[in-house]
Amino acid sequence: MTGARLNWRIVVGGGVLLMLALIAITAPLLAPVDPLEQDLFLELLPPWWQADADPTRALGADSLGRDVLSRLIHAARPALIVAFVAGVLTMLLGTALGLLAGYMGGMVDVLISRMVDIWTSFPPVLLAIMLVALIGTGLHSVIIAIVLIDWTRFCRVVRSETLAQTEMEYIDAAVIGGLKRGAILFREVLPNVLPLVIVLLMLEMSIAIIVEAILSFVGLSVSSDSPTWGGMIAEGRQVIHQAWWVMAFPMGLILIAVLALNLLGDGLKTALDPVLRR
Amino acid sequence: MSGSLLLRRLVQAVPTLFGVSVVVFVLVRVVPGNPIAMMLPPGASLEDMERLRQAYGLDGSIPEQFVIWLGQALQGSFGISISLRQDVLELVLGRLPATLELAVFATIMAVTVGVLAATVGVLFRGRWPETLIDAINGFTLAVPDFIWALALILVFGVLLPVLPISGRVDPRLGTEFATGFYLIEALVSARFTVVGDLLAHMIMPAIALALPLAAIITRVLKNSLAEAMAQDYVMIARVKGFSRWRIIWVEALRNASIPALTLTGVQFTFLVGGTVLVEKIFSYPGIGNMAIDAVINRDLPLIQGLILSFAVIFIVVNLLVDLSYGLLNPRLRT
Amino acid sequence: MSPILDIRDLRVSLRRGGHLVRDVSLSVDAGEVHGLVGESGAGKTMIAKAVLGILPDAARITGGVVRFRDDDLLQLPPKRLRSLLGREIALIPQDPLTGLNPARRISAQMTDMLRHHLGQSRGDARANALRLLQEVQIRDPEQVLDRYPHELSGGMRQRVLIAIAFSAEPSLIVADEPTTALDVTVQKQILRLIRQMQERHGTAVLFVTHDLGVVAKICHRVTVLHTGQVVEQGGIADIMSARATPFTRALMDATPRYDQPADALHPVPEHIHQELRATARRFDEANP
Repeated sequence: MTGARLNWRIVVGGGVLLMLALIAITAPLLAPVDPLEQDLFLELLPPWWQADADPTRALGADSLGRDVLSRLIHAARPALIVAFVAGVLTMLLGTALGLLAGYMGGMVDVLISRMVDIWTSFPPVLLAIMLVALIGTGLHSVIIAIVLIDWTRFCRVVRSETLAQTEMEYIDAAVIGGLKRGAILFREVLPNVLPLVIVLLMLEMSIAIIVEAILSFVGLSVSSDSPTWGGMIAEGRQVIHQAWWVMAFPMGLILIAVLALNLLGDGLKTALDPVLRR
Repeated sequence: MSGSLLLRRLVQAVPTLFGVSVVVFVLVRVVPGNPIAMMLPPGASLEDMERLRQAYGLDGSIPEQFVIWLGQALQGSFGISISLRQDVLELVLGRLPATLELAVFATIMAVTVGVLAATVGVLFRGRWPETLIDAINGFTLAVPDFIWALALILVFGVLLPVLPISGRVDPRLGTEFATGFYLIEALVSARFTVVGDLLAHMIMPAIALALPLAAIITRVLKNSLAEAMAQDYVMIARVKGFSRWRIIWVEALRNASIPALTLTGVQFTFLVGGTVLVEKIFSYPGIGNMAIDAVINRDLPLIQGLILSFAVIFIVVNLLVDLSYGLLNPRLRT
Repeated sequence: MSPILDIRDLRVSLRRGGHLVRDVSLSVDAGEVHGLVGESGAGKTMIAKAVLGILPDAARITGGVVRFRDDDLLQLPPKRLRSLLGREIALIPQDPLTGLNPARRISAQMTDMLRHHLGQSRGDARANALRLLQEVQIRDPEQVLDRYPHELSGGMRQRVLIAIAFSAEPSLIVADEPTTALDVTVQKQILRLIRQMQERHGTAVLFVTHDLGVVAKICHRVTVLHTGQVVEQGGIADIMSARATPFTRALMDATPRYDQPADALHPVPEHIHQELRATARRFDEANP
């Protein structure tokens, strides 16, 4: 994009995100031990800095003796898969509806705006839980739930930006020039809305990771054996008095992922600002 | 004046509520999984199931069910909870005060912290306190409320056990309350040990709920305060010899609050939505806590009642925000 | 008699480099109306803001003394300065639209200083505000007090601001282009009003403007400014006559007057600009 500059936020945020993606991709190779393997002798093993730690279990073990580090690494997969897929799909749906509402106006706009109003009257977490209970557990349901609930985030912003754009002169020029409405939408309005959408995508991805964590915390994500950060937190909550680290580590990782995405989003916002302000 | 505005808003709320009811109704009844079957012993006959279905209004087609439900709802009857065997309205009203107290407490905390942080940020514009506030704010914004809740439990409940991590009040105190609004009652009747205990239970969930809201308020308010402080009337106020601190409070804040207020209204709904998880994590007996279990148990009438109560809360809050615009911006009054 | 305001070698520079005010000196006696004239960007507003202590963040004072009576305003501790401002020194701003807080009633904005600085009671302050509104020739002052700024016309708002400036009986008022944002018909009234009040209260006025025509109507002495330097200083009679410097005379020719057709205007000749800019550059080189 012309005029975009690299700044430290993009580098750090993007770098961390890239690392997490690599961890997720190479999980089977990277993890020291099988994440599902239970070893009852290692129950609630403390992490490396404590006295009776085991060097092969750097971050300790959970209540079933499973290696925390390996589970953490493998759990990066569902988190990042949901982040990317749900993020992009939500962006597509919300942006499409927002463009339509903003550009078409009239009944279409009224209808879509009413839907947005109704949708946002629901507590999002509860709605997510309901939807997943409806569709059944699994990553696909988590993704669908996120898309169906959070499209309004993109829709609102894109709609108001589209409305602002359509009042500008270059649109009139295009209409006079004989371009069809669809073409105008795609070739004129969309490129101006795109920077905003990209920044929002980063936010959406961080929300997707959080929602996935919440759903797996409540037990409604993937099946209980394969590790998820949220699931590990729920298990860790049970043994919080004896082994607080089992909950703390996955929390830390979620934090890192979410902060990295937010940082990246902020950096992109600053970098794309002169383009935004056209 | 504001009376006609109120009326208009209320009228606009009706189709929204209607839409919410329809969506929930349809959504919840398309659910696979038979709640009735879950209630009956394994050897139950088909007739037993049919009778129970009728008793809970789950027979007939979906539109029929909706009409019946709507009729009863308009008369104030929202059915019986399948999993808890009690009247839905009673259940919801019984737990609502707890959630309201928590949400209001959290909001007050968030607004106080947010306004203070924004004010300090503007006073020290361009210097290190502002950068520090921005950094902390950015961090706080990114972290979701349920992570705050768990972190608070970890630090103040387990590692440094100073606060209780579940419930609303210590049962050993043996207190009696007439209403569901424990905190208000205890304050009014000056039972200060009880107040202390209630607050000790509320403070962690309230902080977890308040932090994201405080972060947003700080960011938005700081920006609009900075804009307001650049105005000419502030320059006049400075030449009148007033200190910047006083100027922020007397001159700038009332002009800067409006965008922050809009956002607070929207974000309050997220805050109330956040009670669903936070109450569960802290085992705090409010409507949020009931909600997750209701969904997992496919308790249709209860789910309906809970979602409607959330929707009503949102609508009321939005209304209050709209009305307060008139107070802050005199140009909107006439 | 020593002047009430004595500015010596005032230098205002941008933080990132470059000077806006280049060692300007001027003095204002008690009861005098002193015009500070120049085109836009000549530095006159900067001087006014430097006196009041409200320079924008991007600029700072890099030299000079601003004496008000016995104090150097630039060296005063903030609390002492704040007690001087409002009571002894006041401001009439350029834009009456933005100079009043849209969210506060006129009464609040007129009485807050009286109550805070002079310790007047609510009743006394309101009575004083009423009296002041009458003095600035506002009809129905009772009603105006309870109104909001957006309910008043531009001329009325400027009268309110003038009333606020005079309310604590200051010794010096800085007027920053107070008529520029007003209609031509209203301008004359406001100018006359300022002169009347100034005479009645014995207040000195530092009158910032780009319009020599305005200066001719109400000022006793004038300082003419170009690129932050003093080009000429003197009594009004001298400035307005043929004895003035080329720049001043050119400025006078360039000033639009409503009794002259527009094409009779002669903008200030470029060579005069060049000369003065060159002086500014030499100053900058000598003072990085």
